[in-house]
Amino acid sequence: MVDLGELYQQTILDHNRNPRNFRRLETANRTAEGSNPLCGDRIHLFVHVDGDTITDIGFQMPQGAGCAISKASASLMTDAVKGKSIAAAEEMFQAFRDMLAGGTNAPGKLAAFSGVRAFPSRIKCANLAWHALHAALQNSAAPVTTESAGDF
Amino acid sequence: MLETQKLRRDFPILERQENGKRLVYLDNAATSQKPRKVLEAIEHYYRCHNANVHRGAYGLAVEATDAYEAARTTVARFVNAWTREAVVFTRGTTESINLVAGSWGRANVQRGDSVVVTAMDHHSNIVPWQILCQEKGAKLRMVEITADGRIDLADYGKALDAKPKLVAFPYVSNSLGTVNPAAQLSKLAHAAGAVTVVDGAQSTPHLRVDVQALDCDFYAFSGHKMLAPMGSGALVAKPALLDAMPPYHGGGEMIERVWDDRSTWNKVPHKFEGGTPNVEAAVGLEAAIAYLEHLGMDRVAEHEQELARVAIERLSQIEGVTIYGPRDHRAGVVPFTYGDVHPHDLATILDRDGVCIRAGHHCTQPLMRRLGVAATARASFYIYNDVDDVDVLVSAVRKAGELFGVPA
Repeated sequence: MVDLGELYQQTILDHNRNPRNFRRLETANRTAEGSNPLCGDRIHLFVHVDGDTITDIGFQMPQGAGCAISKASASLMTDAVKGKSIAAAEEMFQAFRDMLAGGTNAPGKLAAFSGVRAFPSRIKCANLAWHALHAALQNSAAPVTTESAGDF
Repeated sequence: MLETQKLRRDFPILERQENGKRLVYLDNAATSQKPRKVLEAIEHYYRCHNANVHRGAYGLAVEATDAYEAARTTVARFVNAWTREAVVFTRGTTESINLVAGSWGRANVQRGDSVVVTAMDHHSNIVPWQILCQEKGAKLRMVEITADGRIDLADYGKALDAKPKLVAFPYVSNSLGTVNPAAQLSKLAHAAGAVTVVDGAQSTPHLRVDVQALDCDFYAFSGHKMLAPMGSGALVAKPALLDAMPPYHGGGEMIERVWDDRSTWNKVPHKFEGGTPNVEAAVGLEAAIAYLEHLGMDRVAEHEQELARVAIERLSQIEGVTIYGPRDHRAGVVPFTYGDVHPHDLATILDRDGVCIRAGHHCTQPLMRRLGVAATARASFYIYNDVDDVDVLVSAVRKAGELFGVPA
């Protein structure tokens, strides 16, 4: 049996308690809303893109609307993609998704979510922020939900 | 208290383990487990009596029809329905309420009318009325709740001042555990000229229901929350109302004569049971009722209320735990939050100890907004739960606190 510690790794507990980039970005030129209607998790993502580069990024979750996994995932994601190109961010998303689908670990701190694989009911929580980022980078105005994206 | 150790042996699923631990099933407000007697009744029906009902001229079809109609008589007795024809079999509470909205509602609610629901209603007793009101240009009025989780009777009175056509409310709240004064609410609504729809999803499995004493017009419930199979349930309604209502679904069985361009309708309740009915569900529901009646619904209610009392007492001793719902007049539903540990994380952590609870908005988003939370954790009890289960729950919650460092 997979231990709870595999899911709630220290990195995740830390980012849940002290989420990074947890703010509204007034200068954002790309935004997206993501939600998981089944559990009520909601994220507002704010991205500033300059040319091909994500120069700044922030997120908010309404009070109580994010579990530890979804909040920590959003926090680590924002750290990981800040300063990166759009293409690099999309690559990271792919690597993250592959990891949760049973593939090899995603690079860097994102590997902290490898334990989510053993908890299928929580995979959507980990993916939520990434789907919102994908939508923001596509500049898609429609809110994304974990029910409409299909490949959660 | 009920003899849970003995009862548990009747439930095969409770023998299985969850993550290497004894299964502690505390999500009974979502659905209940099924005793062997119910599983056997369904199997026996298919092994010995299966045929299509109400139409066969051969013995087997008569047996199937008899089994189906006997279940109707049992349901009628169980909730003290006006007549056995007052029981319309449905797939459950949701379909029952949609039937009322789609039939009675469409025939009687007009532009400018109002329909009343409460802020503690389940989505299944809100959304059908939203759809109806939007279609008709009627106004949907949501009655507020008090700080301690009851229907606000002052606001209820104000809503009735508008002379609504229909008033819908839950007998027992699935998110708060509140047992509402259904007879009083129905009486007040009738005095204002409205018909009443009682969502009985959380009351029928857990307390003695007497629809004639409640004097409601429509009473909806599901079988799967009361030991019966999924897809079982009924709408129980005053016969005169059912007689006057147009059909809901068209099809076989619900007709009297069919011409090229029109039809006349079968008698109630068949008028509302178009298509081949779910006979196994009815048979399973009858077996479930027999099981519950053997225990006695008063003892069932007492057992669950005692478990809720102990759970509230022991969870409250954990610093950072907030319990929702009223102190008294509550059923075996215990909604809570724990510091800033999100309910989904709580549910995952509890699952590792074999404890199944629900986490989320419980299909009551308007209520969650009023409580100021996005989600709660909810433990809900049934006949096979006991104080040991409460203790496993409480220690698992403490474990979650240690992992997340609560209180910070």
